[in-house]
Amino acid sequence: MTNNSKSFSCPTPINQYDKILLAHGGGGTLMHNLIESLFKKYFDNDILKQGNDSAIIDYDKNTSRYAFTTDSYVVHPIFFPGGNIGALAVYGTINDLSVSGAKPEFISVSFIIEEGFPISDLEEIVISIKNAADNTGVKIVTGDTKVIESSYKLQDNQNKLNNINANIYINTSGIGIVYEDMRISPLNCKPGDAIILSGSIAEHGIAVISAREKIEFETEIKSDVNPVNRIVEEIEKSGYGRYIKVMRDPTRGGLTSTLNEIAKAGKIGIKIYEDKIPILPEILGACELFGFDPMYVANEGKLIAVVAGNYADKILKVIKSLPEGNKAEIIGEITDTNIQKVVMRTVLGNNRVLDMISGEQLPRIC
Amino acid sequence: MLKHLSEYRNAELVKDLSEKIKSVSTGNWRIMEICGGQTHAIMKYNLEEFLPDNIKLLHGPGCPVCVTPASKIDLAIYASRQKDVILISYGDMLRVPGSSTDLLSVKADGCDIRTIYSPLEVISIAENNPDKTIIFFAIGFETTASPNAHLISLLDKKGIKNIFILSSMFRVPPAIEFLLSDPENKINGFLAAGHVCTVMGYEEYIPISKKFKVPIVITGFEPADILSGILETILQLEKSKYEVVNRYKRVVKQTGNISSKKVIEEVFDITDMEWRGIGIIPRSGFDLKGKYKIYSFFNLFKETESELKPDKSRTICIAGEIMQGKKTPLECKAFGNLCTPESPLGAPMVSSEGTCSAYLRYKKLN
Amino acid sequence: MCLAIPGKIISIEENSNPKMAKVSFGGAIKNICVDWVPEAKVGDYVLVHVGFALNIIDEKEAEETLKLIRDIDNTEEIC
Repeated sequence: MTNNSKSFSCPTPINQYDKILLAHGGGGTLMHNLIESLFKKYFDNDILKQGNDSAIIDYDKNTSRYAFTTDSYVVHPIFFPGGNIGALAVYGTINDLSVSGAKPEFISVSFIIEEGFPISDLEEIVISIKNAADNTGVKIVTGDTKVIESSYKLQDNQNKLNNINANIYINTSGIGIVYEDMRISPLNCKPGDAIILSGSIAEHGIAVISAREKIEFETEIKSDVNPVNRIVEEIEKSGYGRYIKVMRDPTRGGLTSTLNEIAKAGKIGIKIYEDKIPILPEILGACELFGFDPMYVANEGKLIAVVAGNYADKILKVIKSLPEGNKAEIIGEITDTNIQKVVMRTVLGNNRVLDMISGEQLPRIC
Repeated sequence: MLKHLSEYRNAELVKDLSEKIKSVSTGNWRIMEICGGQTHAIMKYNLEEFLPDNIKLLHGPGCPVCVTPASKIDLAIYASRQKDVILISYGDMLRVPGSSTDLLSVKADGCDIRTIYSPLEVISIAENNPDKTIIFFAIGFETTASPNAHLISLLDKKGIKNIFILSSMFRVPPAIEFLLSDPENKINGFLAAGHVCTVMGYEEYIPISKKFKVPIVITGFEPADILSGILETILQLEKSKYEVVNRYKRVVKQTGNISSKKVIEEVFDITDMEWRGIGIIPRSGFDLKGKYKIYSFFNLFKETESELKPDKSRTICIAGEIMQGKKTPLECKAFGNLCTPESPLGAPMVSSEGTCSAYLRYKKLN
Repeated sequence: MCLAIPGKIISIEENSNPKMAKVSFGGAIKNICVDWVPEAKVGDYVLVHVGFALNIIDEKEAEETLKLIRDIDNTEEIC
């Protein structure tokens, strides 16, 4: 057999997308590019430049600083193993306030509901919201409701799972009071600081994608949707608040995206150790099955804290004293090498650069 | 943590294998793997770091979505735009560019495109949507061709009529022969894809190994498996031997899996196939045969059969040469600047198994 | 290609068609088609690709492989 290869090459490139894609919301590079090239082009002030999960507002030196944040929740399916959009909407905003060093105090809840959404499901979501708020001691002080025409492109797997013919979207905004001695900023990070992760990774993403793609597991793989405010409160109470350099809750894009954000904003290097990262065996199994890298899978109830190196063990102990922190680990440190990069020492003992990925991971066969 | 998996990601084992490879290799050897999964693992774990400089790994056309012709992707896109069509695909395919766009963008336009983990899910989608036309984009190498065949035989048994198959399935041995018969090829040895051989066995490789005098080693996917396969290849090359040796004995038998081979033989004929970026390789693919031809995509879209023509457009993309192991992505002018996962010029940058994307994603440290 | 992962058979639905089994991947249990491994029994490990068990993992061969690698310094012969 002869080789008649003419080395045909690949055809025309796809360059700029002129429409928003799902990947633009995925927490990866497409989303970051959208923010940088569109939103930041028009929205610009010193408070926005802080680049934290919440805005820290310092009106005058005699009063406390406020943290203010907002987030919208569009998760599908609306009900997933371990939670629903309601709990997610409250805990997500509470977590953004908490990791900015604030005690969450007040939230608003706004609903955009498509016509046809069952009231019983709405009630279940509202009860979840109430429970989440009570659980964390925040007050729901204002809100809004809009109803729009249904545009739901129904996929039968979502239908079967949730028996719902319409969408619901929730926005929550939150205000908290920043703890006196917490000054959170990636710019505080210094080589030698330690990185603490409060618990095991990748649960939320696997739970949601399993439910969304109707990949059934016979043991329930649950989202880790949970508040982290008690962790921050405990650190503050223990007197270690001033040794916290920056905190984040690693949501979309997983641990990797969040660490990259810190590295880029803080202009420092990050080194983490694969063997230190906690992951439940069934989550690892599910990731392996779909070909997902758990480092890029979403979390919803976890916290990363960069802390002064000489207080790391003490702060770790505080976090581990809480049930929601009992799997916490020191997973790495800030370095002055590989600036603005995240490097992971693999289980094999060599190093790998963890870059942001461009969109969502999809289950792969290959 | 995961049995039969984690043991092969052991730092000690990898170190020992690495040292052994370094101690036995004297010649300059170029070893090709032709499996996207192996490319992925080699990149993810930076396995080349464990090899001496005189051993070069080449990455062949082992990514089924990278070698699917653009015109076939265009057909899938065309079909998904028709009324009442649900297009089902494995996740890997969604971001691969056709001639001008990809399935993910088309999904954003509102077309009903669904990803699945297992081809068995196609049946329930079809049964839940009896008034829709289901197109299954059946891609893969032999490993996936077999589950695809099983699905098709089930469709026949169950009398399901509203599904049509757009097939893009490839066979590895003809590709190996094709690459070796190129007089410019510099391949000294092959790692054969362990999971393809799990299904098909490895008898087909014996005459190839003899004809071209190259060792072909059946290799697994974990770091210790891959290094073990490389070691065996080098041991043969150092002694001028060329044999087919199985280094993945825990799952691969010489005859493969009889039942899964049987279903391939029942459902598919072997055909000539065009490989994107390479050209037509005789007898290198599968297509429906006999009574299963009623499920052919072209029964439904007769007018499109003539659309399947070889890609002839020229761009700076050198995907063909990369997939044939003639060049590395690092030798491509567009790599990482004009061509990135967000704006790919060719399929190997988009697919996570593609060589270019793997090179970029698992960046080595400077 | 191709992504295939070992999992442990927890239970088998003998009368299902196609024949299905519950297979555990570190505790994540999924229904897998076992038509191609008719001799598989509960407790066996199988290699799974896109929801199909491709083969039973040979425990003895697995042990031999690890032993061979651990003993690698003494490996001179080509098998």
